[in-house]
Amino acid sequence: MSAIVAESLRKAYGGVAAVDGLDLTVAPGEMFGFLGPNGAGKSTTIAMLCTLTRPDSGHASVAGFDVVRSSTEVRRLIGLVLQESTTDGDLTLMENLRLHDHLYGLPRRTFPARARHLLDLFGLAERHDRLARTLSGGMRRRLEIARGLLHEPAVLFLDEPTAGLDPHSRADVWNHIHALRRDRPLTVFLTTHHLEEAEHCDRILVLDRGRAVVRGTPEELKATVRADVVRLNTADDARAAMRIRRDFACDATVDAQGVRVVTENGAALVPRLCAALDTPINAVHVSPPTLNDVFLHHTGRAVTEGEYLR
Amino acid sequence: MRQQTVPTSSTVPPVDDALPTGGSLTRELRAVWALWQREMLRLVRSRTQVAMTLLSPLLFLFLLGPGLDTMLDTQAPGAGGADRGSYVAYLLPGILIMAVQMPALRAGGAIVRDREAGLLRATLVAPVRRDTLLVGRCMGGASAAALQAALLLILGPLAGLPADPGLLLLLFGAMWLIAFSLTMLGALAAVLVRRVETFQAMLGMVTLPLVMLSGALFPVGALPGWLTPVILANPLTYAVDAIRRMAAVEGVGPVGSGPIWGGWQPPVALELAVMVLLGLLALVVAARRFNRMD
Repeated sequence: MSAIVAESLRKAYGGVAAVDGLDLTVAPGEMFGFLGPNGAGKSTTIAMLCTLTRPDSGHASVAGFDVVRSSTEVRRLIGLVLQESTTDGDLTLMENLRLHDHLYGLPRRTFPARARHLLDLFGLAERHDRLARTLSGGMRRRLEIARGLLHEPAVLFLDEPTAGLDPHSRADVWNHIHALRRDRPLTVFLTTHHLEEAEHCDRILVLDRGRAVVRGTPEELKATVRADVVRLNTADDARAAMRIRRDFACDATVDAQGVRVVTENGAALVPRLCAALDTPINAVHVSPPTLNDVFLHHTGRAVTEGEYLR
Repeated sequence: MRQQTVPTSSTVPPVDDALPTGGSLTRELRAVWALWQREMLRLVRSRTQVAMTLLSPLLFLFLLGPGLDTMLDTQAPGAGGADRGSYVAYLLPGILIMAVQMPALRAGGAIVRDREAGLLRATLVAPVRRDTLLVGRCMGGASAAALQAALLLILGPLAGLPADPGLLLLLFGAMWLIAFSLTMLGALAAVLVRRVETFQAMLGMVTLPLVMLSGALFPVGALPGWLTPVILANPLTYAVDAIRRMAAVEGVGPVGSGPIWGGWQPPVALELAVMVLLGLLALVVAARRFNRMD
């Protein structure tokens, strides 16, 4: 049985569809990435799957329970980490966890062991009696993830788990998520608007205007874009570009920075290029497709910079 | 006793250590208790804010009160020819209510702030009823407000309150009921309003007139008759009068200060009951709104 199933899920706000007929299936133990620009309907979908918002139509079930009819069971079996900070800054780390424990009606006897284990796992054990507001953004996010796991959920929802974090904290949060998955079998459903982050997922769904645009593994997704850019600096760029167009049937152009080749799989092309070209190659650079490329490819629109930064 | 239902499927069941315990009522009560406890911890950790909240009631009581006292002819006979007592003694119950009112309304409003902070969504996803979350927050907020006012209550004997521990305890109990009621009204306003700014503007606009028309600062009997319906509809009127009569400090001036229902003065217990009923009504309406909120 699937960990998460959604069928024709729909939710509109004021006549505007935020989620418009979404179908998805997530297998148990899978890390599933939900990718799209802000306003694509990611948070609304999470809210429906987490029983915070009722779908207008369609069905969804999490861990085998319908999100509308059996919302209490669903709540028991999911952990939710929101993109806003949701820890109480006036409470210590331990007190934040204990509040969660009380709200979930968990046994007091096992609380210290469970809390200590999670604080250890997330590298927060030494700070257990500090006020949460003294934590850095990355540590606070780690505390939130630890809290979301205190009741041993079957599915963990992470809504933009690294939003607002600097690159170092972002990598750090990811290291902890990976460590966590080695620690226990857990289905993770996460939203992001960074393609690099989606690399961590087993499968990805790209969402735009409430609809699924494309889905697949990270490799499949990137392959659909065929947008790796290979940059070459050679002794004779014009001649190299001509040879590439002729022998490799690739789109190769020459500009101020050298030869620009757009290809499906840049890394695989480079050794063949090196072997085939008779002009000496000075430098090669391969850049993978970005979310912008994936998005551009499937929707004809770019994810604007403004939506990236927020 | 376990009430947990675990799906009989390939999904990962929660480990035994983290299974919920107790019956459903026990669990809801535990959630209320945990939320109450959180407010208490917050109160203890925000001493500066408590001190600032208490500053204006203290100024009223120990500067404005004695200051105005010198202007008033307190030797002249009061209502029914009785000795009027000092203005400070008159002011004390009103100041106690003022001290309860601000933190109570603000605690109710914390729901708006929490919604903006995402704190609310994090608790909303817990497997407890939404009304439970509301009640827990408001119990905590009310207790925090009553405790803040209790600091003033301890200074009460300096302002003419009998230094009787039993009486002080009774007053504290009444103030807790009033605080609960006001917190609920704050919560009701909070669930009706989406933005913190709107809530604060609303609070600022409403509180001063309510205090003015409650008899907290001067006897409302002296006000023009067309204000009578407003005075009788003002919850603070009942709160102030109940505390004043319990504290047994007599009013200043030739006119009465409490609410009169068609020539009949409701007893203290009824005045408190009015407050409690109002609070419960606000709770029911707020809970219904809260349950439907996305």
